[in-house]
Amino acid sequence: MRGSHVIGEAATRAGCRFYAGYPITPQNELPEYLSKRFAELEDATFIQAESELAAINMVMGASMAGVRAMTSSSSPGISLKQEGISYMAGTELPAVVVNVMRGGPGLGNIAPSQQDYFQATRGGGHGGYRTIVLAPHSGQELVTLTMKAFDLADRYRLPVVLLGDGLMGQMMEPVTFPDPIDPATLPRKDWVLGGAKGRGGHLLASLLLDPSKMEQHNWKLARKYAAIRERETEHESYLLDDAVLAVVAFGTAARIAKGAVNRVRKAGLKAGLFRPVTLWPFPERQLRALTPRLKHILVFEMNLGQMVEDVKLSIGEQATVHFYGRPGGIVSTPHEIAEAITKLCYRYDLG
Amino acid sequence: MGMTKTIFSGFGGQGVLMMGYVLASSGMHEDKHVTYLPSYGAEVRGGTANCTITVSDEPIASPVASFPDFAVLMNTPSLVRFEGKVKAGGTIFLNDDLVELKPKRLDIAVLRVPVNTIADRLGHARGANMVMIGAFVQKTGLVSLKSVIKSVKEIFATKGAKVHKMNTLALKEGAAFVRAGGESEL
Repeated sequence: MRGSHVIGEAATRAGCRFYAGYPITPQNELPEYLSKRFAELEDATFIQAESELAAINMVMGASMAGVRAMTSSSSPGISLKQEGISYMAGTELPAVVVNVMRGGPGLGNIAPSQQDYFQATRGGGHGGYRTIVLAPHSGQELVTLTMKAFDLADRYRLPVVLLGDGLMGQMMEPVTFPDPIDPATLPRKDWVLGGAKGRGGHLLASLLLDPSKMEQHNWKLARKYAAIRERETEHESYLLDDAVLAVVAFGTAARIAKGAVNRVRKAGLKAGLFRPVTLWPFPERQLRALTPRLKHILVFEMNLGQMVEDVKLSIGEQATVHFYGRPGGIVSTPHEIAEAITKLCYRYDLG
Repeated sequence: MGMTKTIFSGFGGQGVLMMGYVLASSGMHEDKHVTYLPSYGAEVRGGTANCTITVSDEPIASPVASFPDFAVLMNTPSLVRFEGKVKAGGTIFLNDDLVELKPKRLDIAVLRVPVNTIADRLGHARGANMVMIGAFVQKTGLVSLKSVIKSVKEIFATKGAKVHKMNTLALKEGAAFVRAGGESEL
């Protein structure tokens, strides 16, 4: 199945019953799939909105009403949605936002890229909030992480970003799906705007004019973010046990890096791969645990160096961090990354 | 068999992405690991189109090919673009009806298949890609012709019995061309 379609089916099976979006390449196959899939369901709503702003605000409304809601776009469209995402973070509303990244800045191009790492992991919009960011690297992981995104969004009441790229969206791989979740069986949300008959009213707002109340709210969000940092990091270790050099990469880049690691292993070089699955929270402790045994780390990204800053923050002076990146929608081959690894092994006499 | 990567390339409309999809689906039916990685966007809407297919006995690390084992090239620009990327010892499959250039490399095998001529003779001009994929699996043995026929039937299930019959014929003709010796140069 095509990656974009996999996300649509996984969202449906996770109990998502509201989607609003506005077309943009390379993610159009996702709304295409959902428009057909939701038409088969009695309780689901699909809307092609008049703009990205309209779409994110419709998702906000659906979320307030308690339904599992999703929107999707690609880089420039995600920028347009940032106001709504900030409002949802402030109002503590769950939603899933899919970003199928393309080359930038500006309109950029439509080729696969990882140039929105900073935007995704630092909140993206105004107001100092965070969103959980999940980075799938295979068809099967598109299933598990899409479904997990809805659970995390509801559990912590915040927007969760599924950060893919054009390659993840277009590639086809065989996948298996778990049984669909019946939305009626999901935990009840006691904060939704669902009619106040027989109870007091609920207020959902991000406007808090009194600075002391705003500060209290910010501290509350900070405690939530700390809890997420504590509990929700996820990563994959690949051939790291005997490695003398670790490549750190996420998403599509990690897939290419795995191919590179396999190549250099055949040539006798002991390289491994550390792959963050959650980009925020970043798996800092798990990465730091590789050092000081590992003295050299090569970060590979399809941008000019963004996650590399989180890698450096994680390990401090414990190891030397090297970077290799290609921006603009260029897809490196495994051979290219294998060359970069080999050069480092020669330069630092790693064997 | 290990891991094999194939690039299919040609004009939009030649059924290049379909050939890749058929190969990937057939591999899946044989319980192999497969990935299908298409070019997309502006390219799909005119001009050249290509896709990379990996078929493997083991989980596939990278769906991106550094040096493909096989390249199926349906027009001249595709030959120019991909000849240099094919692994030494690999094979290029050329559409003999459209590609006039002769490959320059001496370390790869070349199989020329007149796919348009064969498809026209069958009265199934749109099945030129089916002729090629028939020839491709006969030569490479990546998947069985039986799996390919089954996949094609599934993919075109809504098109009816006549299309299925013609596609099957085109697939078999492609395979027969290779079995008969084909026109192979090294």
